[in-house]
Amino acid sequence: MPELGKYAVEVLSAYGVTLLLLAGIVALSLRRDARVRRLLADQERRMGRVHE
Amino acid sequence: MSIWDYANPKKFMQTTDRLLPFVAVPAGLMLAAGLLWGFFLTPDDYRQGATVKLLYIHVPSAMMAINAWGMMLVASLVWLIRRHHVSALAAKAAAPVGLVMTLIALVTGAIWGQPMWGTWWAWDPRLTSFLILFLFYLGYIALWEAVENPDTAADLTSVLCLVGSVFALLSRYAVNFWNQGLHQGASLSLDREQNMADVFWYPLLVCLAGFVLLFLTLVLLRTRTEIRLRRLKALEARERMA
Repeated sequence: MPELGKYAVEVLSAYGVTLLLLAGIVALSLRRDARVRRLLADQERRMGRVHE
Repeated sequence: MSIWDYANPKKFMQTTDRLLPFVAVPAGLMLAAGLLWGFFLTPDDYRQGATVKLLYIHVPSAMMAINAWGMMLVASLVWLIRRHHVSALAAKAAAPVGLVMTLIALVTGAIWGQPMWGTWWAWDPRLTSFLILFLFYLGYIALWEAVENPDTAADLTSVLCLVGSVFALLSRYAVNFWNQGLHQGASLSLDREQNMADVFWYPLLVCLAGFVLLFLTLVLLRTRTEIRLRRLKALEARERMA
């Protein structure tokens, strides 16, 4: 761990918020993609179409 | 082969299916390498102390906040002029990513501003134009959700994107237009020697590349989701009609 001195709270909180937000948008994007894939596959199966 | 071939959703899906791993893996590697390099291996600045480490998240996120809107502008213009659905869906897909980048830039800027300027916030030209850009992102996303007809939603959001582009430009050039406010001049420029020492510049370059690749990865992934969602809605409508 680098020596952050009197600015440790600022630096760590900024990195924490950034990593949290980046991880959040990645997780949300992957989860939504998986959900839509599943719904589309179900719909295509129900309608007897060939899945892409 | 023309670039317009990718306006065909099937062609876009085929191409991005192969392309996505080649963008996503370097994105993760570059981002991890840049942030670890910047955080652990760079020295403190003689004036800013350890807060200089915020450079590696604030500058790339601010750059991508503006560039994401620029990409949405191009995609919106393609929709308005050529009516290619993939471009409208790509603009829609980019908006939440741009929103997150803008939020990171605003939050890290405020955290840096408190110890350096003595205030979390000032109604400075760049800070204010960035806040307005953030509100435009929110409005853009809300408008997509509020309008049921996808073509009408694409039309209206494209016009909103054109209007918001004024603030995206202001966010970039506000420090040049007005010689007032707290925010310093641009950290990124072609004459980098005037702005930054190599020890800070190289890890910043890696972080910039990481953020660009992450943005590209997320936009490709989310555009694919939007294309599938559009197809799902079309099939559901066909089923209801039958």
